[in-house]
This record gives sequence, structure tokens and C-alpha cells, in this order.
Amino acid sequence: MAIHAEPQSKVDIREPVVNDFAFSVATKNGSGSQTSNNVLVMSLFRMGIPVNGKNLFPSNIKGLPTWYTIRASKDGYTARKAITEIVVAYNNDTAPEDVMNLPPGGVCITTDKIARVIRQRDDISYYIIPVTKLMRGAKVPSAFRKLVENMTYVGAVAQLFDISLDLIYQVLLDNFKGREKPARMNQDIVELAYHWTAENIVKSDPYRFETMDGTTGKIIMTGNDAGALGAIFGGVNVVAWYPITPSTSFVDGIIAHRYLRQTPEKENTIAIVQAEDELAAAGMVVGAGWAGSRALTSTSGPGISLMSEFAGLAYFAEIPAVFWNITRMGPSTGLPTRTSQGDLLFTHFLGHGDGRQICLMPGNLKEAFEFGWKSFDIAETLQTPVFVISDLDLGMNNWLSDPFDYPDQPLRRGKVLDADALQAFIDEHGKWGRYLDVDGDGIPYRTVPGTNHRFAGYFTRGTGHDEMATYSERSDDWVENMARLHLKMDTARSLLPAPIVDDGNEADIGIITFGTNEEAIREARDWLANDGIRTNYLRIRALPMAATVSDFIDAHQSVFVIENNYDGQLTQLIRLEHPENISHVRSLALGDGLPMTPSWIYDNLKEQEG
Amino acid sequence: MPPRTNALGLARNTYRGKPSTLCPGCGHDSISNQLITMAYELNLEQHKIIKVSGIGCSSKTPAYFLGGSHGFNALHGRMPSVVTGALLANTGLSCIAVSGDGDSGSIGMGQFKHVIRRNVPFVYIIENNGVYGLTKGQFSATADEGQFLKYYGTNHMPPIDLALEAVIAGATFVARSFSGDAKQVQTLLQAAVRHQGTAVLDIISPCVTFNNAETSTKSYPYGKDNEIPLHEIQILAPDYVPEQEEITIGDYAEGDMVTIQMHDGSFLRLKKLDNDHDPRNRRQAMDVLERSMREQIFSTGLIYYEEPRPTLADTEELTATPLAHLGAEQLRPPKEALDTLMSGLMAG
Repeated sequence: MAIHAEPQSKVDIREPVVNDFAFSVATKNGSGSQTSNNVLVMSLFRMGIPVNGKNLFPSNIKGLPTWYTIRASKDGYTARKAITEIVVAYNNDTAPEDVMNLPPGGVCITTDKIARVIRQRDDISYYIIPVTKLMRGAKVPSAFRKLVENMTYVGAVAQLFDISLDLIYQVLLDNFKGREKPARMNQDIVELAYHWTAENIVKSDPYRFETMDGTTGKIIMTGNDAGALGAIFGGVNVVAWYPITPSTSFVDGIIAHRYLRQTPEKENTIAIVQAEDELAAAGMVVGAGWAGSRALTSTSGPGISLMSEFAGLAYFAEIPAVFWNITRMGPSTGLPTRTSQGDLLFTHFLGHGDGRQICLMPGNLKEAFEFGWKSFDIAETLQTPVFVISDLDLGMNNWLSDPFDYPDQPLRRGKVLDADALQAFIDEHGKWGRYLDVDGDGIPYRTVPGTNHRFAGYFTRGTGHDEMATYSERSDDWVENMARLHLKMDTARSLLPAPIVDDGNEADIGIITFGTNEEAIREARDWLANDGIRTNYLRIRALPMAATVSDFIDAHQSVFVIENNYDGQLTQLIRLEHPENISHVRSLALGDGLPMTPSWIYDNLKEQEG
Repeated sequence: MPPRTNALGLARNTYRGKPSTLCPGCGHDSISNQLITMAYELNLEQHKIIKVSGIGCSSKTPAYFLGGSHGFNALHGRMPSVVTGALLANTGLSCIAVSGDGDSGSIGMGQFKHVIRRNVPFVYIIENNGVYGLTKGQFSATADEGQFLKYYGTNHMPPIDLALEAVIAGATFVARSFSGDAKQVQTLLQAAVRHQGTAVLDIISPCVTFNNAETSTKSYPYGKDNEIPLHEIQILAPDYVPEQEEITIGDYAEGDMVTIQMHDGSFLRLKKLDNDHDPRNRRQAMDVLERSMREQIFSTGLIYYEEPRPTLADTEELTATPLAHLGAEQLRPPKEALDTLMSGLMAG
């Protein structure tokens, strides 16, 4: 192995590639690379370059390999790229493979130690940083030494691809909330590596960054933070949860923004309880919703499984509450730190017996915020649990977005009768019953505990009941109640967020999807359009699905349903809801644990379309 | 003659619920009856009370008392979590919750322990009969070791003592009683609703259909013959002025009288009966319960009492207005708050 030329030999410099390439940073989990990667993403964002950062990490605290991909795209594409042009190979375990994955012309930035164990390719550039030697010269307390070592690649990247040191320091200051000491400690390492690189490495690749105007007025955030913020603006009162990846940071987001809702006396208007398990978390939000507050829990597949009995009760007893499912890969413990859209059917049909649950599926950051507040309006309007199905990719990764829109409608508390309204109801209808449908929309009127009227009290139960909420095992009572619940679900279709549709392209091919695949599909559609293949597009945002989905299917000769699960669950649901004339509906389902890429969609759609 | 009414001008029967569908003679019905009396005697307003239960014979009973209150017959073993959520949503409500030995001692053991740990303020009644009634006679986890039941033979497992579990979990009010002892049940209920913390009442409540043989410690005949009250209990109104002497006695476990002031200012006076038990002594409480289990002594009364810790709502530092009553202006921050957040996140 002979990779030790310093300064390194010069390869032919090709046409410059500016602001349109991707990095993969390979490190060991727990090595402190999160700060380094975040600094790179935020620096590019501040330079005005559209950027995303996706963490492909293991279920492990320390030691297993982790990859962070950063994509800069002057055209504003933020999907994950299947191939990255540059690898920062800082993990000796994966470096040999990481290097082989580079395309010709790619770049490998690695350490002198690791360089000894990787095979040399003559079609890529190697930049080798003597990390041990550099760190020896750094004035860093030994306790922090390992944690800041990864800043060496930040310095090298900054020098090689043109990120200013001043900018990096500003980002570091932000990262440490203005504290100069840790920011300075990290910056010292960045500068050491920066200057060493400038003096010792001759750049032989065409990639570089340049300040542009692609992020003005935009923000970067994770979907969990966006959803949490939405809940804060939606009036959440009671949060009950149990820690689980990838949903934990959702509740962290609520805790972080709880101050926005404190009274002038610094009292809380949001109770946040870490429950003993997801069963209890579900019970608490159902109890809180029943008692008239806006209650939320956030979890992932295993937690949703435990919540299914309460989900069925809340559906049947008609209690509003909001459940976020930040989906990870199942079944079982599955791939706990990998993304998936595999809980669609399970969540929609959660609970035993007949019935289905309202689901909202945000596809981007803005919708995570919007559904964060709107889910409460929907839950209280329909008096039923609402499940917001997000995923690990949206929840835990940094997404570029336009800023969020302030809610465009006042809080909708639904048909709740206070004492006066209850009396007026009784005067008008002769009686009030908890499950009496006087409006013909399947949605009855409810009272909440504490209502000072002698007829306000009623008995909530998961057992059979009639419209007066009285226990009943009569077949006709049961069937009438089920028919009303079905009517309520039909009413829901027109109240829920409508699909996003782009159908003005005179196309024979229609693409249907849900959730976070949008960015990958958008890019793939542009590639297809370049090949002369026109497509229309529809993204479902809620279940039960809108009637317009059927029209879209009927209007196209060929329909592809693209989703990130193995079973093609949305395809199955479409077949269930739209059983006529669907031989032209085909499933493109992936489910490999990673955010979808444009190339996978492009390749598979082209192959199937022949 | 008009019926007798309480201070609210309400007759006792206005506190009743639907007719019971339990087996005639069921111990649970006597407890429901005592709950009706308690609410009537204490002039409770039904709209300020919620009734919550799990699943089982005992958990059906909230339908049979306080018909004017909101009730919630929830899931098996999950009553505590529903109560927790409801009382966080509205701290202005009082809660009477009913569970059973299967509901709390088996499927719901986790929630039982954790609701106590959080000190959610409510009355937690366990109607304990040692047997699963609705599924026709299986042993529950509180059944005695060596007990014989017709359908399931001999129980070889040691029992779980729910009062002991409550003390260990940090409950500040733990009582045991017998549904056949109406007077004691009534007094303990009246004390429990005044308590500002989880008040656990483990009431042995015989199942007349599946577990009422004389040989069973959960039967009527056994209870009637073997109940040994630890003390006579009396509740004295807030305006009662205890004599100086009694306060001194009450402050230290000496003599035969213990006086405890409750949260609403009323006094609980316990006259000891042939024992040294001071319910304010945690170690003694655990000793009494362990000896009762070991030697099969049916000790009843207020086993343990302690000044209540902060409730969950206190710990959460919630605003005084119940969360369920907050208006839109307190539920949604203004547009400026969002704009400030957003501009702070922008690149430039």
C-alpha cells in the first residue's frame, strides 16, 4: 500500500462542479461527528446553497459505523442521492468499502492511519489528513480530544471546497448557543486542519462550493421539531409518551418550546408526562381528550402496537386524541434506526373489530408543522383519534423548507356542549344523548366532565351502547352505531387535507405516493421529462382517502404507486377502496431502510413502463 | 312527608346510578351503596366528580352510583392512566376510581404502582375478592396460597398484597377494609375523598358465586368472624376544636388516640384497639401488613397515612385554570412568536 505522497500528485482538473455534489461522511457512532456534520450543513445553508443532511445511523450508542450524507444542489433537489462523489472515510472498519463505492473522479478524504488499509484506486483523488499528528499539536484538554478530532475533516473540507473559516466559527457559536469556549476549542482544530491542508495538499478534483442565493428566507429543521412546534401552536395541553427511536426528539421539541405557552407567571399550560410504557401513554391521552383537553402522544411502530387497544376504545367511544407514529422499519424491533413507510395499513386499521382510523401523512417540513396543529382540530371536530404518520427520515433529518405559515383558521373545538348549549339542545330536540346524531353527519354532540348541568353526565364505555350511551347488547343498536361511525368516516373524507395534485402535463402516466418520497419523485420526474416521458402526480395526505384519488386513477393509462415499504401497502389500500378497473395500477415499493432516491424511481419506472 | 335531603337540597336517591347487574349479594354492591351515602353525606356535587374503572365485575360498578357524574369504564388494568390524563386535563375534578384484584394485581400492576408514584390525587378502590368472576372462577393474584377452588384446584402461588404494594410504591393513604363492615367502609371513604394524593382502599369484597366458602379468607363468613379493626375511626368536621391534650397525644405515638388533620381542615381521629399501630409510621404499616399476610390476620382500618407529597399537577407546575378550560389565546401563541422563531432560523 503506497499512499504517502505529500504533497500529492496532481490529477487532471476537469470542468468545475459547483454546488451540485454530495458527501458521505463515514464515522463511528458516538465519536462526536454529529457536531462536525451539522457545522458543514449549516455552513452551506448560510452560503445560500440548497442542502440536506441525512443521518444513516446504527442502533448503537458507540462504535458501530454511521454515515451522514450531505447533498448540495444548486437546483434545489434535496432527495438522497444514491451515489456521493465525495467520501470522508474516517472509519477504518468501513473505509475499504466506502472508497470502492465512489464513482470515477470521486474524492476520498481520510486519515493517514486509515489510508494504509484501503486499496488505492487510480481514478479518484485521495486527500490524506495526518490526524494524529495534527491533534498532537492541538491545545485541547485530553477529555475532549476524541470528541473534537472529527473537526479535522471540517477544516480539510472547508479548505478544499471553499467554505470560509469565519462562517464556520459563526455556525459553531450558534451550535453552542453563543458559548465561546467550546466554539473556540472546535474552531482551533478546524483551523489547524484548514491550514495544514492549504500547505500540504494540492487539489485535484473539480468540486467546490460558491456562495449563491438559494436559501434566502428558508429554514432548516427536523420534522420532529416541526411537528412539535405545530402541536404547540395547536394548543396541545397534555403530552404523554415513552422514549423510543425515532420519536423521542418529537417530545424533546415540545419540551424545548413549552415556554411559548407559559403564562406570564411562568406556569405551564402543557403537562408532559413520561409514562411507564406506551399503553399508559395512550391511556393518559385518551383520558385527557375525554376530559376536554388537547392531548398528544408520539411513538413508533412497537409503541403503536401497544397502543392498539386504546386506539380501538377511543375510536369506538369517540374520544379525540392525537397519536404521532414516527415510523421506523419493522416488523418487530426491525431496523430501529432506519426509515420506513411500513405502518400505513397497521395504523389505519389499528384496533380489533370493525373500523378504521383517521391518518394524516405529512410529506415535508411545512406539513409536519401544519398537521401538528390541524390534527387537534380534526380530532375534536370528528371526536376520534387522529394518527399522524411521519417517518424517521422526516422526523430526525434536517430538511430545507420555506418558513411555516401561521394557522389560517381559529381553533376548532368541535361539537362540545356547555351547560347553556346543552339546555338549548334539550329544548330543541327533547333530549340529549352522547351518541345521538341530529345533524346527519355521523358526528354527535358531547359534554365534558365538569359541565354543570344535571343531564351532562354520561357513561363512556367500550362495550355496546345505544345513542343515549346506555349499555346495550341489542343487535340493532350495535349495527346502527357502526353505520353512524362509518358515516362519520365518510364525513371525514371531505374535512381532511386534500391530495397534492399536479395533473396538467398531458401525461398518460400517473404517479401516486404518500409522505416523504416527494422530493425523490420530483427529481425523478424531471429526469423522465428530460427523456420525453411526461408524468402526472398525486400525493395522498390523509386516510380515508379523498374521492379524487379514484378520478386520478381513471384518468391515466398507467399508474405507479410509489412507497417505501416492502408490501406495497398504499397499493393494497387503493385496491380496497377503488376495486374497479385497476389493472393499470402498479406498485413500486422499496422498503430497504433508507430514504428513497430519484435513481431508484427513475430506473424502475422506466423498466416497468418499457 | 318530603324525603330527607342534604345541604344541597338533594335526596339520597339522586346520587344513585343504574340498577346493578351483579349477582345478588355481591360485596361490590355494598361498596357502591356506601359511595352513594358518602357523596350524599358530604354534599358532593356530581358534576365535579368523575368515575373511572378498568374491566371486571368491580369495574362495572361506576354505572351503579352517582348517575349524574361523567363515568368512564376503560380498559382492563388501565384505569390509572385514564385517571392521570383526565385529572391533568382538569384539576378541578375529583375522581372515584374502582378496580379489582385482577385489574390492579395482575394486568394492571404496572399502572397501579406508577399512578401512586406520581401521586395523582384520587380515590383508588380495589374491590378485592381473590377471584375472576366474569370469566367464571379463576384465581387472582391476591388469592391465598393453598386455597382450593372448585374449577381450578389448589393455588400454589403466594398472594400479592395490594395494600403493601401501595405503601412500597409511595402511597400516602392506604386502608384495608371489608365490604361487610359498612360503618368502617363509610368512614374510610369519607377520609379518602378528603386526601390530596392517591388514596388506596383495598376492600375485601366477597364474590358470592365463586369464592364465598368459609375456608376462603375473601368470604363473608370468614370476614365476619375474623375481621380485626386496628382502631375505631371517627371524622370530625373542620370546625371541631381538638383539646390541647389530644393534639399532644396525636403528635406522638403514645396512648390510644391518634388525630390527623386532613387537607380540608377536618380531623381523623383513630382510637387504637388492643395494638400499638400508628398509621403514620411506615415501618409499622409494612409490619402490620406482612404479619397479617403471614399469620392470616384480617387487620382492617387506616394502615398508613402520611402528609401528601406534591401531586402530579403540582410537579408539572400547571396553571391554576384547568387545562381543559383554557381559551384560544392561551392555547395558541401569537403570529409574532412564530415569525420570530422562523426568522431566527433563516440563512440570511
